[in-house]
Amino acid sequence: MTDPIGLRVNGVDYSIAADPNTPLLYILRNDLQLFGTRFGCGLGLCGACSVLINGQKIHSCDVPLWDCVGKEIVTIEGIGTPDNLHALQQAFVDEQAAQCGYCANGILVTAKALLDKNPTPSESEIREALDRNLCRCGTHNRFIRAIQKVIGMNEGGKNA
Amino acid sequence: MAAEELDVAYSRIDVLPVDTTISPNEASTSGSRSIQEGGESMRYACAEIRHLFLEVAAVKFNLPISALQVRDGLIYSNNSQSEISYWDILDEVNLDVVASGRASPKSPLKYELVGYSLPRKDILKKITGAAFLHDITLPGMLHGRIARPPSFHATLISFEDTEILAMPGIKKVIRDGSFIGVVAEREEQAIKAMLAIQRHCKWSESALLPDVNDIEQFLYAQKSEDEILKDVIADSSGPDPVITSTFTRPYLAHASIGPSCALAWWHDGCLEVWSHSQSIYALRDELAKILRLDCEQVIVRHAEGAGCYGHNGADDVALDAALLALELAGAPVRVQWMREDEFAWEPFGPAMAVKLCGSVDSSGQITQWHEEIWGNRHIGRPGRQSKPGLLAAWHTGNGMEAPLPVDMPIAMGGGSQRNAIPYYEFPNCKVLNHAIQSMPIRTSALRALGAYINIFAIESFMDELASLAQLDPIEFRLRHLKDERAIAVLKTVSAQADWKPDFKSDGTRGYGVAFARYKNVGNYAAVIAEVSIEENIKVKNVFAAIDCGLVINPDGVRNQIEGGIVQATSWTLKEQLQFDRTRITSRNWEEYPILTFSEVPNVEIELINHLDEPPLGVGEGVTGPVAAAIANAVSNAMGVRIRHLPMTQENIILAMDG
Repeated sequence: MTDPIGLRVNGVDYSIAADPNTPLLYILRNDLQLFGTRFGCGLGLCGACSVLINGQKIHSCDVPLWDCVGKEIVTIEGIGTPDNLHALQQAFVDEQAAQCGYCANGILVTAKALLDKNPTPSESEIREALDRNLCRCGTHNRFIRAIQKVIGMNEGGKNA
Repeated sequence: MAAEELDVAYSRIDVLPVDTTISPNEASTSGSRSIQEGGESMRYACAEIRHLFLEVAAVKFNLPISALQVRDGLIYSNNSQSEISYWDILDEVNLDVVASGRASPKSPLKYELVGYSLPRKDILKKITGAAFLHDITLPGMLHGRIARPPSFHATLISFEDTEILAMPGIKKVIRDGSFIGVVAEREEQAIKAMLAIQRHCKWSESALLPDVNDIEQFLYAQKSEDEILKDVIADSSGPDPVITSTFTRPYLAHASIGPSCALAWWHDGCLEVWSHSQSIYALRDELAKILRLDCEQVIVRHAEGAGCYGHNGADDVALDAALLALELAGAPVRVQWMREDEFAWEPFGPAMAVKLCGSVDSSGQITQWHEEIWGNRHIGRPGRQSKPGLLAAWHTGNGMEAPLPVDMPIAMGGGSQRNAIPYYEFPNCKVLNHAIQSMPIRTSALRALGAYINIFAIESFMDELASLAQLDPIEFRLRHLKDERAIAVLKTVSAQADWKPDFKSDGTRGYGVAFARYKNVGNYAAVIAEVSIEENIKVKNVFAAIDCGLVINPDGVRNQIEGGIVQATSWTLKEQLQFDRTRITSRNWEEYPILTFSEVPNVEIELINHLDEPPLGVGEGVTGPVAAAIANAVSNAMGVRIRHLPMTQENIILAMDG
């Protein structure tokens, strides 16, 4: 094993003893017990493992540990906690935006990255931003409604 | 349903996972039966539990049970000052009794919770951290992966494990016949070793798969078990012209977003397994059979997985984990399939063909209906076949031939023949099933089973006959329906979508309708799809009117239906398992694309609630009508009838040429 590697996740500094080529996903889940970031495909195609790295949405299955050194990593646990939900998480609860929920955190993280850059995206901009996040249960429209709720753009009435 | 019958606040109800040491064996969580069967059992059991508490309170208060009421677990009477709670008398009530049905559930007119949208309790956990089986960590847990063969019937010629054992963190390499597993301290080490094993192995493979471009002819050429599902002959009413159409669907993947996962732990002569199986008891029995253990030595505990939509790799990965755990006594072993495993090895929804011949008379009534279906039977779940069907059992030892899937009898929901019999009234109607007796591609239950293609075929053909009769498709369907609830959903969806019988397309936009009653005894679904013809077919709007009897949780019902509509739209427009003559070649999301956010239609749902009817499941019922409504809308827009799924550019061009 090589020397421990410094990693900053959700504002906390960690020292990780692992092969520097290990995908960040496994470090987050197995070393830091941050299970909200989920394995979906290992190829950066489904978005279930999305995290923020220096504010950018990145597939953590597809980025090696060595490439994360010196960067700010934020996972869903760093976005909000059960006692202190982020507005997006609150909106997901309010809109009951989940079926199985396995993809939801990748979508939340992607939505946060989008809103941080553009606080008032159009519906088609939201959909485009989420096109690399797959959902198999068909919860897409609920996710969109929840995100629109946060940006105050919900045109209203349709979800009565 | 439980809170309602117990008369306690919803907040007091916890939903716990099932477990073979403590839970009743309710067979499998499948067939959209949780509310209508599991829920009904719960309703009666909870009514009886409430009654048992009232019996004790009645003695204490010296009042008849009929004088007692309950509010959030507090038992009181309007005739007395006395009150006592469930919790006060818990020790005096014997709950260890057989449910006898001694108490009747509430009248629906008294419902205070049922019929209202109550929020789910699992969402908060899921969107803030650990929530799934995949997230369980046990002390000393090791990570396993399976180096699967490159194709279904490949056999291992040679494999040398010396180099693998020298890799960092490797605890053990397990080889049994053509089954190779590896266990490591860390997950990424197990993955790296698995990839190295796959590079080191030499396999013998055979080209045994059908031609992906001609599955229809493959289905017809197979030996089949034939059965007559319906054969009604009234008077033959004249030589009306007969039209014939054939419809097909490809093999479809469940394609769960979270690859299958299990934990197994062999300790103290007991195999403890955590699984997201839909049928934990059958899985336990099958594990015991394959591993030559007593059933009492195997415990299966359910933990939530990602959505599965039927029988996927959940059960198989449990055997994988068990095989590894048995070789590492005392250490829990976690196995998660890779995406490539999930795509290549899950049991797929079978390819099918449906051939329809029919005629209408001059008054617009269908006079002849002749239908034949071809395909594998649909149920390969643990415990349903003559011998164990879990995947690793194919490869361990000398290997075994995979058992063929089975169908349930039609009265119990069927399989390939689900919804093969039209719900309409026809004077002459014959329906035949040809259940093929070979399975070159592993198949099992996918959401709605045969209903998806059978309804797609029947409802597409209804439009073809309506066109022959020069009648509006809704009007034409209504002429062949007697059931008032069926008629009601069609009329409701027509109003919802502002259906215009005389709509003439300009070639870019079209509307289509379809109807079905799921399993012919379940929920009623009428669907209208609006499509626009762009580079690809785009589904803009889907309207659905659903009658599922008594609505328990309206938002839950809507969520299920929305999901069914979107998933069926994805199947219909895009999905098709790819393979060459030897290997499955759909191994990731690029090779098996599904609907994306930009492609998802707007969905509008109307629920028709019946307080006096039993609740019916809704997860699957809408899938067939969605496919047919899209096909009918495309025909309306372009004048082209697409009978072969999915509706890719290639299949559209073939339909235009045909």
